[in-house]
Amino acid sequence: MIDISLGHYLTLGAVIFSIGVIGIFLNRKNIIVILMSIELILLAVNINLVAFSIYLGDLAGQVFTLFILTVAAAEAAIGLAIIVVYFRNSGTIRVEEIDNLKG
Amino acid sequence: MIAHAIFFYTFSIIAVVSAIMVTASKNTVHSVFFLILDFISISCLFIMIGAEFLGMIMLIVYVGAVAVLFLFVVMMLNVAQQKNQWFAGQATSKHIPVGLIISTLIFFEIIIVIGGWKYKPEIFDINNSLANTSVSNTHSLGQILYTDYIHVFQISGMILLVAMIGAIVLTFRQRSGVKRQSYIKQISRERSEGVELLDVQSTKGVKIDD
Repeated sequence: MIDISLGHYLTLGAVIFSIGVIGIFLNRKNIIVILMSIELILLAVNINLVAFSIYLGDLAGQVFTLFILTVAAAEAAIGLAIIVVYFRNSGTIRVEEIDNLKG
Repeated sequence: MIAHAIFFYTFSIIAVVSAIMVTASKNTVHSVFFLILDFISISCLFIMIGAEFLGMIMLIVYVGAVAVLFLFVVMMLNVAQQKNQWFAGQATSKHIPVGLIISTLIFFEIIIVIGGWKYKPEIFDINNSLANTSVSNTHSLGQILYTDYIHVFQISGMILLVAMIGAIVLTFRQRSGVKRQSYIKQISRERSEGVELLDVQSTKGVKIDD
C-alpha cells in the first residue's frame, strides 16, 4: 500500500479510462461532455505510457505521450469546430435529437 | 517514500473524483472546470514521478488551450438547453444498465490484465535508457526527440497545421450584406475615375453629386 509501484499508476489509468467510457455510454444529453470523456480516455492512456516509461527506464513512452498530446489537441479543435457548425445548422447539440442517420 | 504515497493518493483521489464529476455534473461549465482540475492533478502526478517536461506541457496544452477552448464553445452555444440530465425519462434511459455493465466489464478486464502482467527485462531491447541521470528529463527527451523521432515530430507538426486549417474552414461562414474591403479594387483604381479638377468661380462654389 505504502510502496507506490507501477501497478498503482496502471490502476489509476484503468479507473480514469473506465470513467471516460462510462461517460460516453451513459451521457445522452450533451455532445460536449462526450468530447470531454474522450479527453479523459486519452489522459488515461497518457498515464499508462508515462508510468511504463518511468518504471521501465525507456524514454520512448514519454515521446509518444507528447505525440498523443498533439493529436488530442488537434482532435479537440476539429471536434469543437464540427459541434459549432452542427449547432449553427440544426440549432441543437442534444445527443437524442441528433438522429439524422436513424441509428 | 511515505510522502510519495501520500502525494500519490491525494492527487489520484482528486483526479478520480473530478473525472466522475466531469461525466456526472449537470452543468456543462462545471464539467469543464472539473476537467481542468483533473488535468492539473494528473500533471502533478507526472511531475512527481519524474516526467517534469510532460507535466508542464500538459498544464500548458490542456489547461491553457484545450480547456479554454471547451469553455469558449460552451459559452458560444446555448447553455440553457444543454442541461445535462441523466435520467430524463424512462423511455430514453434503457441504455443505462447495459452501458454500466459493459463499462464495468471493461474495467475488470483491464484490472485482470494489470494483475497478471510480468516484466521480463531480457525480452526488451531498451535503447533510450534513462540510466544517465546526470541530464534532466527535458534534456534527455529533447536529445531523442530531435534525433530518433524527428520524422514523427514533423508529421505531428503537419497534423497541427491540418487541424488548424480544418477548424478555420469548417467554421468559416460567408455572410451576405457585409461591406468588406477589397484590395483589388483599391489598388486598381485609376486617377481619372477618382479625382476631377474643376475651375471654381468665386461666390458660386462647387456642385457635388450631380
